[in-house]
Amino acid sequence: MDDLLREFLTETNESLDTVDNQLVSFEQDPNNAKILDNIFRLVHTIKGTCGFLGLPRLEALAHAAETLMGKFRDGMPVTGEAVTLILSTIDRIRDILGQLEATETEPEGSDTDLIELLHHMAEHGASEAAASSPEPAAEAPAAETAGTLTYQILERQLRPGEVSLDDLERAFRETEVESAAPAAPQPAPVPQPASATPAPAAAPKTAVKAAPKKAEDTPESDRVSHQSIRVNVDTLEHLMTMVSELVLTRNQLLEISRRHEDNEFKVPLQRLSNVTAELQEGVMKTRMQPIGNAWQKLPRIVRDLSSELGKQIELEMHGADTELDRQVLDLIKDPLTHMVRNSADHGLETPAERVKAGKPEQGTIRLLAYHEGGHIIICIADNGRGLNTERIKAKAIQNGLATEAELEKMTEAQIHKFIFAPGFSTAAAVTAVSGRGVGMDVVRSNIDQIGGTIDVKSVAGEGSSITVKIPLTLAIVSALIVEAAGERYAIPQLSVVELVRVRADSEHRIERIKDTPVLRLRNKLLPLMHLKKLLKIDDGASSDPENGFIVVTQVGNQTFGIVVDGVFHTEEIVVKPMSTMLRHIGMFSGNTILGDGAVIMIIDPNGIAHALGASVATQQEIADGHGAGSGDAEQMTSLLVFRAGSEQPKAVPLALVTRLEEIAVGKIEISDGRYMVQYREQLMPLVLMEGVSVGTAGSQAVLVFADEGRAAGLVVDEIIDIVEERLNIEVASNQQGILGSAVIKGRATDVIDIGHFLPMAFSDWFKRKEMRADAATRSVLLVDDSAFFRNMLAPVLKAAGYQVRLATNAQEGLVVLRSGQEFDAILTDIEMPDMNGFEFAETVRSDRRLSATPIIALSSMISPAAIERGRQAGFHDYVAKFDRPGLIAALKEQTAETSRVAA
Amino acid sequence: MTMVNQGGESAFTEYVTATIGGQLFGLPISRVQDVFKPERLTRVPLASNEVAGVLNLRGRIVTAIDMRARLGLLTQEADRPPMAVGVELRGESYGLLIDSIGEVMALPDDSREVNPANLDPRMTEMSAGVHRLDGQLMVVLDVDRILEIAPDKLAA
Repeated sequence: MDDLLREFLTETNESLDTVDNQLVSFEQDPNNAKILDNIFRLVHTIKGTCGFLGLPRLEALAHAAETLMGKFRDGMPVTGEAVTLILSTIDRIRDILGQLEATETEPEGSDTDLIELLHHMAEHGASEAAASSPEPAAEAPAAETAGTLTYQILERQLRPGEVSLDDLERAFRETEVESAAPAAPQPAPVPQPASATPAPAAAPKTAVKAAPKKAEDTPESDRVSHQSIRVNVDTLEHLMTMVSELVLTRNQLLEISRRHEDNEFKVPLQRLSNVTAELQEGVMKTRMQPIGNAWQKLPRIVRDLSSELGKQIELEMHGADTELDRQVLDLIKDPLTHMVRNSADHGLETPAERVKAGKPEQGTIRLLAYHEGGHIIICIADNGRGLNTERIKAKAIQNGLATEAELEKMTEAQIHKFIFAPGFSTAAAVTAVSGRGVGMDVVRSNIDQIGGTIDVKSVAGEGSSITVKIPLTLAIVSALIVEAAGERYAIPQLSVVELVRVRADSEHRIERIKDTPVLRLRNKLLPLMHLKKLLKIDDGASSDPENGFIVVTQVGNQTFGIVVDGVFHTEEIVVKPMSTMLRHIGMFSGNTILGDGAVIMIIDPNGIAHALGASVATQQEIADGHGAGSGDAEQMTSLLVFRAGSEQPKAVPLALVTRLEEIAVGKIEISDGRYMVQYREQLMPLVLMEGVSVGTAGSQAVLVFADEGRAAGLVVDEIIDIVEERLNIEVASNQQGILGSAVIKGRATDVIDIGHFLPMAFSDWFKRKEMRADAATRSVLLVDDSAFFRNMLAPVLKAAGYQVRLATNAQEGLVVLRSGQEFDAILTDIEMPDMNGFEFAETVRSDRRLSATPIIALSSMISPAAIERGRQAGFHDYVAKFDRPGLIAALKEQTAETSRVAA
Repeated sequence: MTMVNQGGESAFTEYVTATIGGQLFGLPISRVQDVFKPERLTRVPLASNEVAGVLNLRGRIVTAIDMRARLGLLTQEADRPPMAVGVELRGESYGLLIDSIGEVMALPDDSREVNPANLDPRMTEMSAGVHRLDGQLMVVLDVDRILEIAPDKLAA
């Protein structure tokens, strides 16, 4: 292809994109003369260039559009139809350009239809505009003189130092004549990443485009682009590869130099190292692009959709200058467009519906991008109708993703996640399911591909938002180099929270509950996984059970520890994709060459989280991972199963247990008729469960419960296991200290009541600080359908000095509230049959008499989406069910607030 | 994929010969990028036992294929094969681990015979025929088939 033509195509395509955007903003703000000038200039440039390249069809079209634009500049009011007309003209131009690119000749055809419309619009407008100018545009558009005539009239307000467009046009026509001789290289805008047309790096440019720009009052952003040059994307890619290699070679050299102390290469090598680092940074920078590039087409899409769908849509874009790697940018461009289209199409209602719902006619789609840590967060939100939970449910059942019973137990947020399920919405389903999710699975897999995450939040009637979190760059990441079974592995630093060194004699040590290794870390039990075991090298049993390093890793809201044999250092690694033969291994995300030349595998924390998912997943994760049909979406509770006094296993929610101890019998002393042990420089009373006796030798298993610096131990015979089970107390018990029986791992198991045993250690266990003179007068309504939790929480609350009234469901709660009894606070479960906690809260909130009472949500399911939902339902606070200190703190805070208000 | 010599009646294909587990094999020379000594092989946990590991060959990451395992040949020697033949498939580099490298032979295509019916099915799958040489047979290897390690075999 002719260089000139190729250049023209690249440039014109860019100009067209800009015009698209400018036109949309122009429609919204017709008085902005600056935007008008910009659009006019761009159309004019297209026209002029077409003229001397001998593309009459294009020229005629652009000319007609320009004439109309000229009218606008002269003060003709800008109408929606006019903008639509110009946009369709631009579409036509784009079509012609497309064919031009393919065939190198202008396609046959006529555009008289559009041209006539344009002219008509221009004339019609002109008559209204009180004949401010003579009509110039009636002449044959193809004639060169027609263009000249037009400008003479339009360009009437020359500022000092400006050149008239006429002169310019003449100037570049003259340039055209001698175009064989390249003009001085002119700076040009940075090419768009997606621009398919290859542009020779730093190609000398004719003055065609630059000339009019020089004359005009260039806006800030354009001026910046003047300082950039056009570089072929391939060139940049190649440069990046070479720099990656250089980094590796540098690392290799450094490694060698480290081995040979005191050699003459040291100083130059240090310099090489610094220069390489800078070069790497520089090249990385060239790959960074503002996310606005991926958004560029959105205003046009939204505008088209809004007129197509008869909706009024406003598109807000924030943080368009947030930069990210162009490789990432390319990958998210389509998903973003898709999601915005979804919002406009399915999310926002028609103006009539909006008015009916009491919302402003105009719907808003908000795009937001910002940096957070090494990630970039992109949020697409609309204030439309929100996801249609019922439709999603129906579709989920239809697709066999879940049964009705399972769906019943899920929260809305969990149900909403189905939109990401593979094949959830196909093109055919769009009409059937007016919920969102046209190909959201594709969006998700695109985002997964680049190591990102996606989440959806939606509130019926309020709108929905989708949050995408993606890494800044894929090419070079900082990684922690660890060792397991003699091999080294890289763990991306981004997901590493901390490193813990464990030793048998230190505070941090690995403990085992049957075969499950756990670590106590700041009063929490952290699930552990041996890297060796995960990678099936060995079962981890052969390794030193007490010593090692734990890489505390966080993925989403899951935190776990990866046990490794050694930790070396952190290194900037160049991520290289794995061979297709290895890509199925979920534990690895890629491989890399280390400084010493060895190839090592890069661990994928997501893969490990997934592998662990089955055993230690949070509620949320379980719902996600098993959304594809199994019944695991039910509420799961981690239970510690042990034996005490009898053969029958007993259980207690693991979250209530602070630590597990093996205490040597010799250390157990008797004082004041009670068993005591010196534990962490304190005396810890031990409570024996019925039938348990302290042996004479060996050690005794003790469950330690700690609260505000005090600890008590419950002596048991043997710790059996930690299991993840749905806690369903089937038979309540009359026996003291036993809440009831539940089936755990196929066996009838007594669930013990900690509230019974702890006061045996400290009679004032539950009645300390919280107990204030005035506290006793405070009252709390506790609504929970689970007997277990009512039984567990009531003593806790009583002990904290509250009068507790129990209700077994939301209706009962409402009855109690409406009976006139006053409460200082309401605590309610979320997952309840018939009326859930959200609905309950909304009802309470809407009751004028009750609306001042603080209401706290208690849930085993704590996710940002749930908390958000809770906030919208009117909850003052959101507390995890097992978080007793959190609950008491929240209660104190809320009741303190009410007393302050009352005072 | 094979270099064809159009001189005379029959076409010739040049093969790089290699022994794996005592058997002579031939690889079409057009597919062979290089022959190298595999060094610092990193094994990949969870991968198929036919994948010996990954290694760095002049800045490229090469996936090494254990040809003995791939061809189902029992290995007497426990040590890692000392040589590798570099091949490429869809832009990715692979190293086929072999016991020793032999000479390059140009053999007429029409003297290549189909696989004997009783050949080990595993070898049949990867063989494009057999050439009778003086005193021994040379099994022609099909590089594309060798590199088709199906994920379902991986756990094997």
